[in-house]
Amino acid sequence: MMPLTKVQEGAKAILRVVDGGQELRGRLASLGLLPGTELEVIRNSGHGPFVIAVKGSRVVIGRGMASRMEVE
Amino acid sequence: MPGTLDKTITVAVAGNPNSGKTTIFNSLTGAHQHVGNYPGVTIEWKEGTVTRGDWSLKLFDLPGTYSLTAFSDEELVARDFLLNHKPDVVIDVVDASNLERNLFLTTELLEIGLPVVVVLNMADVARDRGLRIDTNLLARRLGVPVVSTVGNRGRGMDELIAMVTKVAIHGVSLPGPVDLCRKSSPAPQFLTRLEEGSGKVQVDYGELVEPYLARICALLPAEDASRWRAVKLLEQDPKVLEEINDPEVRREVSRIAEEFAAADPDQTPDTILAAKRYETIHALCDGTLSQVKENGPTISDRVDRWTMHPVWGVPIFLVLMYAAFTMTFGLGNPIMDLIDRGFTALGGFIDGFWPAGSASPLRSLLVDGIIGGVGGVLVFLPNIVLLFLAIAILEGTGYMARAAFVMDRFMSKVGLHGKSFIPLLIGFGCTVPAIMATRTLESRRDRLITIMVLPLMSCGARLPIYALMIPAFFPAKWHGPVLWIIYVTGIVLALVGARLLRATLFKGDNTPFVMELPPYRMPTVRSLLMQMWTRAKLYLRKAGTVILGAAIIMWFLTFYPKPPADYVVPAGFDKTTIAADTHFGELKDPVQIQSAELSYSIAGRVGRALEKVLKPVGFDWRVGTALVGALPAKELFVAQMGIVFAVGQADETSEVLRTRLRERYSPLVGFCIMLFTLISTPCIATFAITRQETGSLKWAVAQNLGLTTLAWIVAFLVYHGGLLLGLGGA
Repeated sequence: MMPLTKVQEGAKAILRVVDGGQELRGRLASLGLLPGTELEVIRNSGHGPFVIAVKGSRVVIGRGMASRMEVE
Repeated sequence: MPGTLDKTITVAVAGNPNSGKTTIFNSLTGAHQHVGNYPGVTIEWKEGTVTRGDWSLKLFDLPGTYSLTAFSDEELVARDFLLNHKPDVVIDVVDASNLERNLFLTTELLEIGLPVVVVLNMADVARDRGLRIDTNLLARRLGVPVVSTVGNRGRGMDELIAMVTKVAIHGVSLPGPVDLCRKSSPAPQFLTRLEEGSGKVQVDYGELVEPYLARICALLPAEDASRWRAVKLLEQDPKVLEEINDPEVRREVSRIAEEFAAADPDQTPDTILAAKRYETIHALCDGTLSQVKENGPTISDRVDRWTMHPVWGVPIFLVLMYAAFTMTFGLGNPIMDLIDRGFTALGGFIDGFWPAGSASPLRSLLVDGIIGGVGGVLVFLPNIVLLFLAIAILEGTGYMARAAFVMDRFMSKVGLHGKSFIPLLIGFGCTVPAIMATRTLESRRDRLITIMVLPLMSCGARLPIYALMIPAFFPAKWHGPVLWIIYVTGIVLALVGARLLRATLFKGDNTPFVMELPPYRMPTVRSLLMQMWTRAKLYLRKAGTVILGAAIIMWFLTFYPKPPADYVVPAGFDKTTIAADTHFGELKDPVQIQSAELSYSIAGRVGRALEKVLKPVGFDWRVGTALVGALPAKELFVAQMGIVFAVGQADETSEVLRTRLRERYSPLVGFCIMLFTLISTPCIATFAITRQETGSLKWAVAQNLGLTTLAWIVAFLVYHGGLLLGLGGA
């Protein structure tokens, strides 16, 4: 397992753990990001927010938040 | 035909952001809509009507949400409406090209137990992406009608209206959500073991969860019992818990929820429930949704490679902002000038009915108060209309989300959202439309912080002040740098202020930055114009009344009371123009009369009273009076200075006034005056718009007091710092 921030552009990963409160988990879940969901990193420039593809949509995620998402 | 329209159907339009919900709403209602704010929150509220035969459909556009949790104002507003107003029908707008994610909200709506009509919008986009949806199967599985539409072309609207009316009148064989909570109802049918066409769909929460749900349902009073409520209570949703009146029941429900949370320590309740919801959706989509052809990177992805590029993203953003800015102010300002000139001409025409120099209060009220006031409101209109058009284009095409992405890197450092950048930029033109532009920010916290610091972006109306003061006190080669320092001071204070507000008043976790990146779309001209017009109308109606009222009050304050004949202008008044012992009645020169009148007016008195407070920053009563007089609009400061220095009509190029200023104040004081006008309380229009947009007087007052205090502190530090450095005082 590693934080989402370590995943390179173009790589796929499966979300395992969201280290955050109910609000963060709820927001991610309503966008389709639940533990067990497959996602693809579309953009990770090393700084600034992230873009991932999940369930057919593109989602922007702040870097701080991405560091709290464990994937494999 | 009055009397026939009492057959009203209340319809709520729900859906995810970017699902085309607003387009559907606009297509259905056309121009028959009304925009407002939800009371107490800064969320736009739209309602509209459609008439079909004897029936009148009253549509409410709910804020776009991904779910009905309690984490944002939008979600709370949407669910309060659904639970308390109990609309006859809920139209659930679903983005057909993104079915699974959109059905998340659908399952929640079904659990609430209201009649739902699902709209599969953007059916064309889905087809282009190689997706095929079996609409009939989906409808049978969901147990509710499903209508396909292409919202931006108006396709499917008649079918939708017909279906909504049918559902409202005849009802649908509603699936079991509500029944599940009623003891007498038959055993629920879960989707995973659903027989097609049975018209009963339920999220199957599984053997672990269902017993807990059943226990909670049994506790709730029958009229409140819905599966949705039970699920929320199990998720420990604080708002839903609060709504239970009986403290005994509340305690018992909490106990059950805690027991449930303890049952599986590895997963949180909300995760378990959301996962079950997606499982159901997955089963629902299996066979309903198929990918008939594979598709590579979409056009959106290819455009994003440039607009979201780590290097090119910023210049592209700046170019687009420049274009929006030029459109707003470049196209708007000539029209503004025209309106301004029109009102001046009208004032002059009305003025002509009185003899020259007449002191008639009616003339003054008409010309200076009403025409001046109405003109002051309307003069902003071209800017506002164009600005909203620019924003509608940025939002409608989908670029706004990219702009937020690009700017977030910088803005997050000061605790602001990437989208805050656009209002801040507009603030250099005019604070009023800039505050209205904060509507694009989803979180109330981000909005409030942005609104609070916005007046620090030096608006166009302050430029005349600098244009007057800088040449008065500084040599030509310093003009540019001083102006630059003033602007940068404002920017720095805004950013520091935002950071401080985030750390104090708006403390707490940052709103997590998650945002869907909608695919690029070509907005229709109709929807752009409609969005622009509804917002401009809102400005005219609401702000117009408040700003006009305020302008008339300010007119009164600067003109009344009139001095008696034996009034002697106060000591310290310029002795070069009016002798110290001259009575008001003896004055002949209209310029002298005007300045004596101002010194006697409420504004003048307030200005004199302010001298005590302003002395420590190096200002005298003249500056105080001019500051009070400039409340309706900052640029009035120049004209007010002209009056208090009794130099007659003055504008920012007046050399006489500059000489007077130089005689009285040091460059250091001059600089502090500019800083003070930059930072202190913004104009009345800003006050009115802040009140309107934040929905409370409290924030408008806080903004004024906070900024004025800040202005005083900054001016005090600069003044005394300058004195210590030997830069000279008054």
